[in-house]
Amino acid sequence: MLRRLATGLVVLWAAATAAYLALLAAPGTTVDAIVGEGADTPLIRAQIISEWHLDRPAVVQYLDYLWRAGQGDLGRSYLLQRPVSEVIGSQLRPTLTLAAVAGLLGVVLALILAITTRRPWARRVSSTAELVLVSTPSFLIGIVLLSIFSFRLGWFPVSGGQGVAALVLPAVTLALPVAALLTQVLRDGLDRALDEPFVVTARARGLGERAVLVRHAVRHALLPVITLTGWLFGVLLGGAVIIETVFGRPGLGQVTLQAVTSEDLPVVLAVVVFSAFVYVAINTLADLACLVIDPRLRRS
Amino acid sequence: MSIALDRPLALRRSFAASGVAVPTAALFLLLALIAAVHPSLFAGDPLAADPLHVLEAPSAAHWFGTDQLGRDVFDRVVHGARHSLLIGAGATSIAVTAGLLLGLLAGLAHKYADEALSRFFDALSAFPLLLLALLFVAVAGPGTAGLVIAIGIATMPTYARVVRTQTFVVRQAAYVTHAVAFGDSRLRLVLRHVLPNVLGPVPVLAVIGLGEAILAAAGLSFLGMGPQPPSPEWGAMLSEGRGYLSVAWWTTVLPGVVVTLTVISLTVAGRRLQRRFEGRLG
Amino acid sequence: MSELLISVRNLHVRFPHRRGAVHAVRGIDLDVHRGECLAIVGESGSGKSVTARTLAGLAGPGVQVRSDRFEIAGRPGPHDWPKLRGSFAGLVLQDALVSLDPLRTVGAEIGEVLRTHGIGNRRDRTARVHRLLETVHVPEPARRAGQYPHQLSGGLRQRALIASAIAAGPPLLIADEPTTALDVTVQAQILDLLAERRAAGETLLLISHDLAVVARLADRVLVMREGQIVEHGPTTELLTAPSHPYTRQLLDAVPSAAARRPRPARNPAGPVVVEARALHKRYGHHPVVTGIDLSVQRGEIVGVVGESGSGKTTVAQMLFGLTAPTSGSVSFEGTPWTGLSERRRRSQRRRMQFISQDPLSSFDPRWSVRRIVAEALPPHPGEPTVEDLLHRVGLTADVLDRLPRQLSGGQRQRVAIARALAPRPSLIICDEPVSALDVSVQAQVLDLLAGIRATDGTALLFISHDLAVVHHLADRVLVMRNGTVVESGLVDDVFLRPRHEYTQALVDAVPTVEVGYPPAMANRPATPIA
Repeated sequence: MLRRLATGLVVLWAAATAAYLALLAAPGTTVDAIVGEGADTPLIRAQIISEWHLDRPAVVQYLDYLWRAGQGDLGRSYLLQRPVSEVIGSQLRPTLTLAAVAGLLGVVLALILAITTRRPWARRVSSTAELVLVSTPSFLIGIVLLSIFSFRLGWFPVSGGQGVAALVLPAVTLALPVAALLTQVLRDGLDRALDEPFVVTARARGLGERAVLVRHAVRHALLPVITLTGWLFGVLLGGAVIIETVFGRPGLGQVTLQAVTSEDLPVVLAVVVFSAFVYVAINTLADLACLVIDPRLRRS
Repeated sequence: MSIALDRPLALRRSFAASGVAVPTAALFLLLALIAAVHPSLFAGDPLAADPLHVLEAPSAAHWFGTDQLGRDVFDRVVHGARHSLLIGAGATSIAVTAGLLLGLLAGLAHKYADEALSRFFDALSAFPLLLLALLFVAVAGPGTAGLVIAIGIATMPTYARVVRTQTFVVRQAAYVTHAVAFGDSRLRLVLRHVLPNVLGPVPVLAVIGLGEAILAAAGLSFLGMGPQPPSPEWGAMLSEGRGYLSVAWWTTVLPGVVVTLTVISLTVAGRRLQRRFEGRLG
Repeated sequence: MSELLISVRNLHVRFPHRRGAVHAVRGIDLDVHRGECLAIVGESGSGKSVTARTLAGLAGPGVQVRSDRFEIAGRPGPHDWPKLRGSFAGLVLQDALVSLDPLRTVGAEIGEVLRTHGIGNRRDRTARVHRLLETVHVPEPARRAGQYPHQLSGGLRQRALIASAIAAGPPLLIADEPTTALDVTVQAQILDLLAERRAAGETLLLISHDLAVVARLADRVLVMREGQIVEHGPTTELLTAPSHPYTRQLLDAVPSAAARRPRPARNPAGPVVVEARALHKRYGHHPVVTGIDLSVQRGEIVGVVGESGSGKTTVAQMLFGLTAPTSGSVSFEGTPWTGLSERRRRSQRRRMQFISQDPLSSFDPRWSVRRIVAEALPPHPGEPTVEDLLHRVGLTADVLDRLPRQLSGGQRQRVAIARALAPRPSLIICDEPVSALDVSVQAQVLDLLAGIRATDGTALLFISHDLAVVHHLADRVLVMRNGTVVESGLVDDVFLRPRHEYTQALVDAVPTVEVGYPPAMANRPATPIA
């Protein structure tokens, strides 16, 4: 476990450093970016340099950045002139809500589908649908859902981030491809588990097929799903950026896109480091979950 | 887009590839390839605007209808194949080449070097592909080249991990240990046993990975990070058409369907290759 | 005769397959009487396991089962299988490590049977599980019930599996190769337990490839081959006076000291090929091998026997130079072997060859048989060709262009031997080379190895868990336990007059076919084709 935490820290450090290096490699000086469209005189430039401590050597700036990042201070936005943590923090809720609801929906849907579509024809129908869903750009799914349920039927608002109704279509859009892929993984895991000798033994005890599936096979099928948690997180966060654009929702995605287009690098950097942090945290949790499910991984 | 982005490649395996699916997919891929190499065989000028025929529904004259400038959507989709396939192929080549080299290195190297490389792969996967690409675009600015490199780097760890694991498996396989009995040198072992057996699954991964890369490229273009208008890139077309969704669904849905069909075809083809490959070893 | 538990006539089982169905069981008749022990014996692919599973209603989805009569306890079908499973017949499979759910505790697995069949209530089930574990002689049942299969030893796991099979009190226990994965001393204990169950009134249907195991328990034996019953009868009768040639062939193939060809006279002054002195191997603080001395002379076969974990494979790896000993030394052909860099060993590498239990994994999957053997041949002219070598190990030229996975188990082991012979080694180390083979194929491979020693004078170090095989083949033997040699000497001395108590226990635990049937080895062909 300690080792796991140490690796997590190394990954975080590497992510932060890589992001910082990317920032250094960016064309134009930091001062250019801060000046942006605003008034540009030598005096203003000098002020900016002293205000942002840009006159120090790069190494010192890097160490300072690391030191402050370690304390949770990710710097200030060039564009908004506000602390980055504030900018991100204010937009965190809608994105997290969207990702959490979509993730939950995807996992539940996948569980139901994988368990209920065991018969050959149901399986064929379901796996064709899964193939189509994982191969479709999620913004296309969003656009189609939007045109049917919002434009044609008027059931849900076309855009905006207010209320539960506005959450339904984005969450479904984000959840569908996740569910499709997880169903494939789960089904594969179930197939494998049902081939194991212990399933023969379980059946020989008089257990019904459903009980064999639920009490024995599902646990085994969940193990590979848990190792996908890191991937799932990436999909949900990355997907949120696009989904928020399609549905005009506020959130981290909008902040990131805006920061990218206006070269507001501290914000981009902070989003990247933040996502690396969440990734490490979630993967550590996933490892713990594996330990809970699989006693063979525990040290006796 | 994002869904397919950083998904472990080996996972897309349980598709039903029926007797019809494989030939259909192959035919579709062939057409897409021809379209990418020589688009004018199928289609007219993708940039020819016709103000008199704006946002017309699909008809015999315009199979996929026309867009807001009166351009033929079908012509644009056919010409878009070049952009999308090029970006996909470029990104996949970068990812496969780098992944293969780094994966082999990690698999063959000493414990510490392996550890360092593995953590590097971890750090890279800690960025969701979309964020990594955005970071890249933030630094290098939007455009085709940036897109190719960003997707290439972001999908590299998957290949590297597969190759590394495979290298480990082969290295420890009994037939490699056994070759010691014939006094083979280390280099000879690597060249004659390890390398050929590691390379086996890579083409399969690359075919499926190409689909992922195309989806990723479409997603990024949709956000405006790819080739700039009026280039007929699939993702960008979807983005442009979005504003006219309520009056002209065909400008977004039909190009979208083509993207989906391409990716499905690649997956079906990759799956078929994989089965053949596993059959050969199984 | 007494009451019939199962009565089947003309049973057929087919597995549908893309290219034609596999007809696994082809019209067998079978009666199981209450209180008896019936055994089905056969080699792999004979359909014995399929038969057993079909009798428990576990043939599997999509499998076609057809019969003229299928009566269970006097009732004709169709049967309500879920209800019968567990309560009418309990099933014990080969390896409890995979036959018990690895993610659930042993107690939960046994308790599940009780719950499924509505035995007892939630509260007294725990006590029932403990009692069941006690019945199968698992010590500390309360503690063991809370453990997972991987935390138990092979013997305890198998006992727990048996406990789960008898939990619902079925009159019939079906045991499919119940001891195959176990060490010989543990195997003896499990066989005793099965005998005890039978004495307690249970009916036993025993499936095995091992005639010796069967001889110990069964009242009646059915011999199956290619889905059909070739012979059946009371055990003693069948073993002493087999009427079908296949049964006779199976009995002949059982390795024993009596059935062996005369050994070449030992030359005690012959040159020593390999010699190990005071070999020690430790992993961390865990000693695996402590103080092994051994030497093998030219033309000699030295056996190493021991149960799993005895360190015999580690010894083989140290001799071969795959593992460096913690201390001690090995010399090969009179020159030092340990401590050399691999680069300096390379020139001598081809003089020492290795054959493993699983030849398939020792072949590059992309290489054809031709290439596998050709790569092992020395480059200079005047050497035998690939065809010569294959002919020598009893293979014909039609396997030349096949890939390893397209060969049968016996053919693979022959290719492995041909490859080992190619560089004309002075020593071949064999690690369980026949353990994965059917008994008739095993006999052929053993003959082949004995023939190689006789004609080439190649020394063999033969590692095995199977005392009978070692007794059959080797001149001298070392008995290993917990990393040390407890006894060594000529095979007849060690196995017929063991001095150490562990050797005695091993020898006693080996099930034997005690039959008056005279071995017909004299007219057995030397290397028939597998």
